Amino acid sequence: MAGFLFRRLLNYLALIAVATSLAYALAATALNPRANYEGRNPPIPPAVVDARLAELNLDDRTPLPERYLRWASGVVRGDFGRTVTGGSVNQDLGRRIGVTLRLITAGLLLGSVTGVLVGAYAAVRQYGPFDRLATGVSFAVLAVPTVVLANILIIAAVWFNYLVGAHVFLVSGEATPGMPGGFAAQAADRLRHLVLPTLSLSLGLAAVYSRYQRNMMLDVLGADFVRTAMAKGLRRRTALVRHALRTALIPAVTYFAFTFGALLVGTTFTEKIFGWHGMGEQLVNSISANDVNTVAAISCFAALAVLAAALASDLMQAVLDPRVRMGADR
Amino acid sequence: MKGYGGLRAESAGRPGTGRAARDDPAEPPGPVLEVTDLHVTFGAGAGAVRAVRGVSYAVRPGEVLGVVGESGSGKSVTSLAVMGLLPPHARVTGSVRLHGREILGADEKTLSAVRGGTISMVFQDPLSALTPVYRVGDQIAEAVRIHRRVSRRDAARRAVELLDLVGIPDAARRARAFPHEFSGGMRQRVMIAMAIANDPDVLLCDEPTTALDVTVQAQVLEVLRRARRETGAAIVLITHDLGVVAGFADRVMVMYAGRPVEAGTVDDVYLRPRMPYTAGLLAAVPRLDAAERPVPIEGAPPSPAALPPGCPFEPRCPLAVPACSAAEPALEPVGSPGHLAACIRAEEIEAAGGAPLAVRPPGALPAETGAEVAAGVLPASGVPPVAAGVPEEPGGRAAPPPRRDREVVLAVDGLVRHYPLTKGTLLRRRIGTVQAVDGVSFDVRERETLALVGESGCGKTTTLMEILRLARPQRGTVTVLGRDTAALGARDRMAIRRDLQVVFQDPMASLDPRMTVYDIVAEPLRTHGVRRPGPRVRELLRLVGLEPGHAARHPQDFSGGQRQRVGIARALALEPRLVVLDEPVSALDVSIRAGVLDLLADLKARLGLSYLFVAHDLAVVRHLADRVAVMYLGVIAEIGRVERVYAAPLHPYTRALLSAVPVPDPGAERSRRHILLEGDLPSPADPPSGCRFRTRCPLFRMLNGAEQARCVGERPPLRMLDDDHAASCHFAERSGAI
Amino acid sequence: MSVTDEELAEQREAGNRLGAPSRLRVVAGRFFGSFQGRAGFALLALMFLLAFAGPFLGRWSYTDRDFTAFLAPPSADHWWGTLQTGADVYAVTLRGMRRSLVVGLLAAVVGTTLAAVVGAFAGYFAGWTDRALTWATDLLLVLPAFLILAVMSPLFASGQWPLFVLVLALFLWMVTSKIVRGVTISLREREFVHAARFMGVRPTTIIFRHILPNMSSLLVVDATLNVSAAILTETSLSYFGFGIQPPDVSLGSLIADGTRTALYAPWTFWFCAGLLVVTVLAVNMVGDSLRDAFDPASGRGRR
Repeated sequence: MAGFLFRRLLNYLALIAVATSLAYALAATALNPRANYEGRNPPIPPAVVDARLAELNLDDRTPLPERYLRWASGVVRGDFGRTVTGGSVNQDLGRRIGVTLRLITAGLLLGSVTGVLVGAYAAVRQYGPFDRLATGVSFAVLAVPTVVLANILIIAAVWFNYLVGAHVFLVSGEATPGMPGGFAAQAADRLRHLVLPTLSLSLGLAAVYSRYQRNMMLDVLGADFVRTAMAKGLRRRTALVRHALRTALIPAVTYFAFTFGALLVGTTFTEKIFGWHGMGEQLVNSISANDVNTVAAISCFAALAVLAAALASDLMQAVLDPRVRMGADR
Repeated sequence: MKGYGGLRAESAGRPGTGRAARDDPAEPPGPVLEVTDLHVTFGAGAGAVRAVRGVSYAVRPGEVLGVVGESGSGKSVTSLAVMGLLPPHARVTGSVRLHGREILGADEKTLSAVRGGTISMVFQDPLSALTPVYRVGDQIAEAVRIHRRVSRRDAARRAVELLDLVGIPDAARRARAFPHEFSGGMRQRVMIAMAIANDPDVLLCDEPTTALDVTVQAQVLEVLRRARRETGAAIVLITHDLGVVAGFADRVMVMYAGRPVEAGTVDDVYLRPRMPYTAGLLAAVPRLDAAERPVPIEGAPPSPAALPPGCPFEPRCPLAVPACSAAEPALEPVGSPGHLAACIRAEEIEAAGGAPLAVRPPGALPAETGAEVAAGVLPASGVPPVAAGVPEEPGGRAAPPPRRDREVVLAVDGLVRHYPLTKGTLLRRRIGTVQAVDGVSFDVRERETLALVGESGCGKTTTLMEILRLARPQRGTVTVLGRDTAALGARDRMAIRRDLQVVFQDPMASLDPRMTVYDIVAEPLRTHGVRRPGPRVRELLRLVGLEPGHAARHPQDFSGGQRQRVGIARALALEPRLVVLDEPVSALDVSIRAGVLDLLADLKARLGLSYLFVAHDLAVVRHLADRVAVMYLGVIAEIGRVERVYAAPLHPYTRALLSAVPVPDPGAERSRRHILLEGDLPSPADPPSGCRFRTRCPLFRMLNGAEQARCVGERPPLRMLDDDHAASCHFAERSGAI
Repeated sequence: MSVTDEELAEQREAGNRLGAPSRLRVVAGRFFGSFQGRAGFALLALMFLLAFAGPFLGRWSYTDRDFTAFLAPPSADHWWGTLQTGADVYAVTLRGMRRSLVVGLLAAVVGTTLAAVVGAFAGYFAGWTDRALTWATDLLLVLPAFLILAVMSPLFASGQWPLFVLVLALFLWMVTSKIVRGVTISLREREFVHAARFMGVRPTTIIFRHILPNMSSLLVVDATLNVSAAILTETSLSYFGFGIQPPDVSLGSLIADGTRTALYAPWTFWFCAGLLVVTVLAVNMVGDSLRDAFDPASGRGRR
């Protein structure tokens, strides 16, 4: 029985290896780190550039297979190489993961809980005023790309700050650098930074979750077992919460794991627009900076996140749904 | 307020209900449930569906009312309306009185206090009717705690008690299992345990045995009997199976197109039916105990959205007169007291001494079989002769040459099909090998029908798929038309596909819903290189009794019986020699079944076909098959000529199977001896050693130690015990003792 | 009594006229019967009309620069104002929308086709075919699409947008393909597929004759929703300068420019952002109504 899990993990490892190698090869071919040193004033001597590039394993005169091998042997030892500025990719990304996690945790929780509640209630009152309103709002939100939504939020916040004449919402960064004061002041400052990005993340998530949960809930509302629960003498509301919602939550929870995995590298817009120095921001920056090693490392991290999410989702499903739970005695 | 106590004590001591009342006919108690003029309408305006149109009935404590009808007759909607469980958009009018108190349209508080307490319901499909994520014990305990203030632990204990009462072995441990870990029969027992948890006065059972095998059905009906004994509840049993009602109910109500068309005591309705529909339905049921072939009712039930103005049965009625289409007849008393029928000719029928059997209208069948139309009138006693006569050769043609002189079209020898059983999504692992088919041998000769019969999980469908695959089996050989399938090349396989065709169970699923009937029937022709299939398609549709002009329609536009005819036409397109029939009538309504069976018999006679007929219902194959093979857990238990196997079964399993099939005849059903098998079918992944049937075998329990050891240790071979009659039982000669 | 094919064709036509209405008509009836379907369709049609006929109404071309009006508010001369470069917002926005619509439509069609074929083959043939195709699907799924597309963006410069469409489609099909595979596995065990197999129909014929047509509703709905996904991906990429390359414009690159001036010149942001939102909204409404129309059990007709 461990054999299957082992094969599955081996398969994941292969997927990550191939995906990361592909990304490396693509980045090493398409990106041109040498461009970073061109057009400087005073011009940097070619020999210095070459030496610097060779040191970073970015020299385009070295054949790609050779560069790949050198990079890969580092990766196997857990070292993703150096950034274009010479720092350690591991350290840089390690710091950024923390930032991203702080950003998405609140947004994801707020978005999914709101979405599930709205969706479940809308399904129970299908075609009622609440359902129509929720459907309309979620459609509208889903049609607004994050780019537009985040910018609208900033415009609104700036306008609001102007109206009250104080900086209530802070639109850039994670915290005010050099902020004086004790823990409470620090926390308040962080909170004021967090409100807008969290909104920008959770609005879209809530819209997706509400549509999803509404469908799941509608599927079980007509189920025979809800009717049985009512035939036992349960009130409709109790039957719905205890029997229908409990069953309809299973897919939402597994979907939660997937969203989490996807968001680890998927909050590019929110980070970029609100100036949070997380993974998503680095994804865009690394390409603009022709940073081959960082691109490959982010790809690796993204693949790992997706597969870990898939595994976690299966695990949660097994825990929540006795039908797939392993080792059920029969 | 009922106290919390054992069911047993209450049913013995409580006056006025239960058996005490039944035993004292002088003072009949008032009805516990009274339904008056119940109407249910879905939708509004022109598209409104009037699902139930004026149903009235009453049941007294301890009484069993059977409600019989085909699909769409409104029988299930009626019971949901009584429980107040219909969706809000259904409009319900009339009156439902429980203990004299009106509950129709009552507020949720009243209803939820009554539901599961005084009146409870057993649903049809116990898998979907139980919440998949909760343990069965908890679900039953929940039902207890809704209506009684008891502690969690007491409720759990009570749940175990109830599980024990409905015959679940090792109840304390099984209470902790989830619904999907139970077999269908066991799940239905759980449903019943939940329904009787609060000692109800009325138990509504909606097709409680429809999804179950016959031997399990017999067990579940026994549990229902016990539940009635213990609780003294009135039972309303809704079913399409006339046989189930005959042995179980006191009174019966027959529904058609949303209305009761006949009601009365079981004896009155079954033996002296006054409504032609009831008579037709009774005649259409294939019967285990009678030599007569079932007689179909022509046509199909009307759509509830477009009912004719007159009697809804008029278009299909053999006795219809012009006055029938004028107005819908009311349900009026006929004959003996309490017997009601909705037919303007009920008196004439009574005067004639009984309703004529449904008549096969001329033209529905080719002339050859039209000759043997049974237009007789039921004898006054109403009891058809219970005799196992030799069925006539269909079509009355000259008998084919003796069996041994005819060519073998299909030979299966020692066929084995095992497949791995895996479990879990995260840690998928092999937990065993399902021995779906484990050494099966039989042959089918030209112009012969072999029926492969058994309950679900016996391996009959796997056997059939192995044959149709036309590839090398895991073990054993399959020889089709003289060719070993293990040695076939692609070209030969294609050639054999021409001669080997199949008709599937569900005519809706076996016809591609996106194709027209023309394309469906033409597909095999085109696949095998026929350029212009037009004329042949027309001919085929006519052959199976369909209008060739309907070729442009889609399968959805046809009724179930017509769709199955399309499936048959497709199977016959290439003029095959062997046709495999996989439960071809089990998805069809009773009144339509007989017509399809007639068609199959007629085609076989006319075209010289051979059939391999797979079925779970012994009664269905009786009139079509020449030989029958009974399968149990991947092996053949008994094989032989139909009349021998039915008249003198040799294997204990065959005996049990035959005795479990209910007969739609109250007298016969009450006097028959039922052999009740214990337990469930063992898992085919872990079959018992030696004889596979020994764990449930009634004969096994009568044997002495040494004999039992033989059953445990030695697998019984299929022994030829008579001329073309073999059984795989060490002690087949003694099976008469059970 | 033989009948010619012509006769039969006549009958079929008659049958269609007399008998049940064709499925297409039923679906269309249900689609246009819902407010959401009508509104979505009308909006989408309007967007297409605007994108393709709109530029002929304006006086300016998207390449024109009006050196007398930089960042001018909407006026009779420049209906939606001008950008910092002097470009007419009306002209460039419609041009960008046209590009976004075409890219979205094409990528969705290509992606859904790919999904259908790969998913159906993987599901039908099982065994090694399935394993190989599923592995390839998983590989594309774990590759960060945005990153790969961005890395490849230099290739799309100078009018290579059809290549962009292909690469975009390459990252759009995996989830649909997994769904198609699942549906195929269940369809494969349906009796009508068994029937076709047992009468000797070839596997590829079965896939294209029986399997794919029976999930056409799923595919149509999915293709529709993929249109909005493709448009959103395209605009996001273009926002960061990784998608449609200058001098070509797309809604994404316009929004990117517009956000910089949005606070004091709202017309540079709101027109392109608004049109993008309306387009995606319309596509989603059409997709959702199509789903209901194809499968009445999933929506209105439930219970």
